Amino acid sequence: MHDMSHATEHHAHTPPQGFIRNYVFSLDHKVIGKQYYGLGLVAVITGMVLSWIMRIHLVWPNFAIPGLGLLSKAGAPGGIVTPEYYLQLMTMHGTLMVFFVLTNVPFAGFGNYFLPIQIGAEDMAFPRFNMMSFWTTFVAFLVLIAAFFVGDGPPLAGWTSYAPLSAVGGAAGPGEATGQTLWAISIAIFCIGQLLGSLNFISTTLDLRTKGMTLWRMPLSTWSWFITSCIGLTAFAVLLPACILLILDRTAGTSFFIPSGLVINDKLQPHSGGSTLLWQHLFWFFGHPEVYIAIVPAMGIVSHILINSMRRPMLSHRVIIYSLLAIGFLSYMVYGHHMFVSGMNPFSSLAFSFPTLLITIPSTVLVLIWIGSLYGSKLRITTASLFALGFISMFVSGGVSGFFLAQPSLDIYLHATYFVVGHFHMVMGVAAIFGMFAGTYFWFPKMFGRMMNETLGRVHFWLTFVGTYCIFMPFHYLGLAANVRRYSAFVDDYLQPLLGVHKFITIAALFTGAVQLIFLYNLIHSRFRGALAPANPWEATSLEWTMPSPPPFDNFGGRHPVVYHDPYQYGIEGATNDYVMQDSPEEIKSVRDER
Amino acid sequence: MATTVPEPPVHDLPSDNNRFPGNGKIGHGGGRILRPAEGHLRAVDDYSPSPSGTGIWVGLTAITMSFAAFTSAMIVRKGGASDWRHFTIPSILYLNTVVLLVSSVTLEVARRRIAAFMNGNTPRPAVASKWLYATLFLGLCFLGGQYAGWLQLKSQGLFLATSPSSSFFYVFTAVHGLHIVGGLAGLIYVIRKLHRLVLRRSTLDAASRYWHFMDAVWVYLLFMLWAKF
Repeated sequence: MHDMSHATEHHAHTPPQGFIRNYVFSLDHKVIGKQYYGLGLVAVITGMVLSWIMRIHLVWPNFAIPGLGLLSKAGAPGGIVTPEYYLQLMTMHGTLMVFFVLTNVPFAGFGNYFLPIQIGAEDMAFPRFNMMSFWTTFVAFLVLIAAFFVGDGPPLAGWTSYAPLSAVGGAAGPGEATGQTLWAISIAIFCIGQLLGSLNFISTTLDLRTKGMTLWRMPLSTWSWFITSCIGLTAFAVLLPACILLILDRTAGTSFFIPSGLVINDKLQPHSGGSTLLWQHLFWFFGHPEVYIAIVPAMGIVSHILINSMRRPMLSHRVIIYSLLAIGFLSYMVYGHHMFVSGMNPFSSLAFSFPTLLITIPSTVLVLIWIGSLYGSKLRITTASLFALGFISMFVSGGVSGFFLAQPSLDIYLHATYFVVGHFHMVMGVAAIFGMFAGTYFWFPKMFGRMMNETLGRVHFWLTFVGTYCIFMPFHYLGLAANVRRYSAFVDDYLQPLLGVHKFITIAALFTGAVQLIFLYNLIHSRFRGALAPANPWEATSLEWTMPSPPPFDNFGGRHPVVYHDPYQYGIEGATNDYVMQDSPEEIKSVRDER
Repeated sequence: MATTVPEPPVHDLPSDNNRFPGNGKIGHGGGRILRPAEGHLRAVDDYSPSPSGTGIWVGLTAITMSFAAFTSAMIVRKGGASDWRHFTIPSILYLNTVVLLVSSVTLEVARRRIAAFMNGNTPRPAVASKWLYATLFLGLCFLGGQYAGWLQLKSQGLFLATSPSSSFFYVFTAVHGLHIVGGLAGLIYVIRKLHRLVLRRSTLDAASRYWHFMDAVWVYLLFMLWAKF
């Protein structure tokens, strides 16, 4: 008896008191999830504005961008971007998008909010670590943004920060002094935040599942967050040492990455013997898994949403999970395909090419399962399901060019061109963003207790869908026409005829960016004025829909859900509805019974 | 006139209350109630199995990856250039290694004593906490010894940026030292919880696993620094 009374005391959490504990330093995974989402939103707007500036400069190099001169007098005198400043903007665009958007929102944002709920837990395993995880990420963001306002601005070495450019300091160019140091510190802090987050996700998934929630009964979204956290745990644990070594090269005079005899501006650098390839190895050992950190959660979210819209499970729940696991595992063996032109041994190119082609198999299996399951289904068209379909479209379109790039003989020609820019923007950038949009439209009612506007949502989808294809498909064409990337203006003769394509892309980018205002309006308006959301607006089966919208502080209101079924019992004949929720004790008598 | 308070039961969680799959199966050891000496059960509400049993392994995986990255960086750096100058490791480091290994022994003794106390076989945890203090002391000695090792190197004119070998030496010892500081913080946390009789078995196990692991990491790092391959 004694034990029982204590059990209730312990498990019925009382909501925290006060603004700070509720909204700022909150231990609640739901608040932390929203904080990640909000930070991602700020980062994506910043990153998008940077891309606008770059696109405008590319095609109208003499156009003075209002206000930019105030931000950087040297980088953009009178608002006209210098070639160096173009690279600085590009670095910040890449860093913001990859780290603070593609990692933060689909994984840390949605994952934090929904992983504990989908497995029937009250919170993450280590709520304090969880809070620290967000706030370290936030500090990392501030440190990175600070680079805009110091000395000669942000770094110009790109989001990959290749050494020795990133390691030698101010002599290497504008932004390579304080800016690059801030970049390295910011990413190191970011790694710590992500490691804490991954630790939480893994422990929570393994330890806090409610009664009956076996691993196979976890929704695909939870599986994808779990697999992503395993990738993140090992990948960020490698980037952190790399950043530490880079910081030491920059500040303490060591020579980990700086080779002997390096002369910059007629000055011999006081370093010797460092290995520039070492940075690339360490960076891409993280960098390639990072691509999957961005895309795997989107795969899970999209599967979760599509099943709900199709009203039937995927052709195979387990094969999807096996494929995601295979992708996670292989993601470590392919990283060298980023380094085909780095000067490493050509035999290692072959060794990295093979697993790169291999990883297309689980990816193709996923696509085939999605399409095969969609075939013949009576799809309920919602904005969320449209974006889920859009995700598949982007993933396939961007993925196909991956087959070409996986082969060193072709990559050598295409590597430094816009072909690669088009490839990665579609397959991991925009695809993951579509996953985020799908997740937002699907889960917004649960997160905020109000419905989003469907009409605006559909307008947003179609304009964005067409717009992104207009932006990123021509990139492939430009790449095939040997249009080099990272150039701020195209003055060479052979590039002049391509300017028209660039103008088209810029206009498409401005248009597609502006379309996102519809989404922002929908998001903010629905948050306050949207129709009140019922507990289960999409007639879905997983645990997040068993609680009121928005969920109470302790998720299940002191109740401990018991799970009786696989996550996706849709299209059940003879059930009260056409679906049976995971925690419903209702017996399922159908052909598809408990596959 | 009932004056005798029935002794609180010391047992694993009842199975119907067991919300955490895997509890008791994969060695959490969290579901045990700590019985205080006076028979007055207080502050044991937080008896639910702690995920720290899993969490510590997950954390150690990340730490392993980090040190693997550091040491493979060293191997690459060593093989790639001719400026590598091997130096003799300061002799005090071998003494430090012995100190650290002994600290693992003292911690293990403490862990077993506390386990016996939790099982109700020993009356007081005081003896056990002495062993914890001994571990704490040895850990601090190790850190001091490492610092002395740095001073030895400095007196030889080997600084962080002097040569790649000294760079890696300082980086390895500093990063490992930071991890040891974390381990010491964990030990202090365990001691505090033990004194307030709210220590959970899983916390104790996690802290000691971490500590032993840092021993192993140090032996590995020392080998990497010592080896001339």
